[in-house]
Amino acid sequence: MTLEAGAELAPKTYPVTRASLVRYAGASGDFNPIHWSDRVATAVGLPGVIAHGMFTMALVARAVSEWTDGAEVVDFGAKFTNPVVVPDDDEGTSVTVSGTVKSVEDGVATITLTVVSGDQKVLGMPKVTVRA
Amino acid sequence: MAVDGSLVGRAFPPTRPYRVTDEKVREFAAATGVSWESGDPVPATFPIVLAFDAMNAFLDDVEVELLRIVHGEQKFSYARPIAPGDVLTATLSVASLRQIGGNDIIGTVSEITDDSGAVVCTTSATLVHRAAEVA
Repeated sequence: MTLEAGAELAPKTYPVTRASLVRYAGASGDFNPIHWSDRVATAVGLPGVIAHGMFTMALVARAVSEWTDGAEVVDFGAKFTNPVVVPDDDEGTSVTVSGTVKSVEDGVATITLTVVSGDQKVLGMPKVTVRA
Repeated sequence: MAVDGSLVGRAFPPTRPYRVTDEKVREFAAATGVSWESGDPVPATFPIVLAFDAMNAFLDDVEVELLRIVHGEQKFSYARPIAPGDVLTATLSVASLRQIGGNDIIGTVSEITDDSGAVVCTTSATLVHRAAEVA
């Protein structure tokens, strides 16, 4: 697809369950128990098991790839400002990614993103640049 | 226990060479709900597999428990796309260290290079080392 400055990219919502976290832990090698054990998560002061920040970021990368038909990513960054708490039930929670094409210059498109879980933003200043 | 400030600027030994395979990329993509076929672009956050390995070795070295780490920020800058067949190594250095409210804020940079020594991706992570609760 052709990316044009100002284009709004349709929001994508992805489910996040405990099973997603277990699977991501295995695939990424991140076995931090705060992502699978309520006991450990609460002992270190978290509200409960939280998603890997990198899992949320991987979902953002998925959205960008879907919007851009797999455009080559040049830069990608985000701050993890609020945890995605994942309850131990069948529904879990979800992450919704929306984006705006900020600029297209010299063959590179800059996309700013909004990433929420429930009604809370979970990433700070998420931004990706891709070859347009 | 606070992390020693003299770590700043220190580079840790490179991780063992890692061969990117179709099977591993497919597994990683599937974990984010993507059905990946050979020839598709490798997911953008895939280099975390190497960077995380480098971080684990670093945490072991400085005797910090992984469960006390929360991720603060992550950035990737790609020199070229990663592809199956690449043999990659991550080298982590400590870029910055601050203490805020009893927590260590550790800035790390991992350079991911291929077997020719060329940089493929540079990724920086901010790790928040949460202080143990005071009894």
